[in-house]
Amino acid sequence: MLDYLVPMLLLLLCAVALRKQENAYELLLEGGKEGLKLLFSLIPTLVMLLTAVSMLRASGAMTTLGGLAEPVFSFLGIPPETAMLVLIRPISGSAALAVGADLMAAYGPDSRIGRTAAIMLGSTETTFYTISIYFGAAGVRKTRYTIPAALTADLVGFCMASLTARLFFAG
Amino acid sequence: MAMSILWGLLILCSVVFSLWNGTGPALSTAVAQGAQSGLTLAISIGGSLCLWSGVGRLMKAVGATNALSRLLRPLLGRIFPESHRDASLAGALSGNICANLLGLGNAATPMGIAAAKRLIDPARPNVAGDSLCRLIVLNTASIQLIPANVAAVRASLGCQRPFDILYAVWATSFTSAGAGLLMAWILGKVWKDA
Repeated sequence: MLDYLVPMLLLLLCAVALRKQENAYELLLEGGKEGLKLLFSLIPTLVMLLTAVSMLRASGAMTTLGGLAEPVFSFLGIPPETAMLVLIRPISGSAALAVGADLMAAYGPDSRIGRTAAIMLGSTETTFYTISIYFGAAGVRKTRYTIPAALTADLVGFCMASLTARLFFAG
Repeated sequence: MAMSILWGLLILCSVVFSLWNGTGPALSTAVAQGAQSGLTLAISIGGSLCLWSGVGRLMKAVGATNALSRLLRPLLGRIFPESHRDASLAGALSGNICANLLGLGNAATPMGIAAAKRLIDPARPNVAGDSLCRLIVLNTASIQLIPANVAAVRASLGCQRPFDILYAVWATSFTSAGAGLLMAWILGKVWKDA
């Protein structure tokens, strides 16, 4: 079932587009070009951030941070190795992608830590960035309880990501 | 500016910890290897970024956002009671949520901002009301249905089933969005300020 989900989505979209007499292939290519432009602007960001993250791992800082985070993280059921990802996720999306990719490469994409990192990346958002964009555009100064509520969502997300990585996957 | 500070802090921590731990050789190797793996990461998600941007364009053209928003109207009406009285607010809200679900980040933000502006109380324009807080909490909790970029990173690292995290991602996204909304609702009852 799971393996057919994404292919079926592609099939469905293509079928609906053809029924509506849309030029599906042309649309795909147009969108694809935009995707490549986005990629081009993303390359320098990812190079700079992965350099920094690799340095951080090589320096031993990740291990120290994991050790410091251990008591709290173990209590919450989150692997302490993901401490850096948890810290950086709400601040910067591309830095979180760099840290997450580094974790998946270091521990393997099918390891528990690699899976937890992937689920965290897929199910949380760059909280502070989003808040600043929205309140900036709307001209709101008093944000009241938005930040505590949004950070609660993030924390629950990190705990759930660790839990589902354990529950949904044997071994 | 914020990113400059963040990057600087990462480098500073690396150097300080490296001096402390005596990991100098590994640190200088990491500079060269990290830059390379940055490019590798960009290339490994490049194909997926290209494909899903194309699919996103297709979804927009066939009106997937509209179809999905009709399904979500009743739920959104419960979270944002104002949307019953204001048709264009309802449109912007459901457009924002649906674009988020479908992973169309570029389309989601302008509609979300339009909805945020309509949710502002003209009498207190610089204070976030309860509905505006809820809208932003929903936008800070990722509710994307298909995490294509993460799957691409996993695929590039030799993962057998890159999309096998899908159910876990859904369970996590909806629990965290629900927890955020619940927290916003509780705080909305007790938060006292002008």
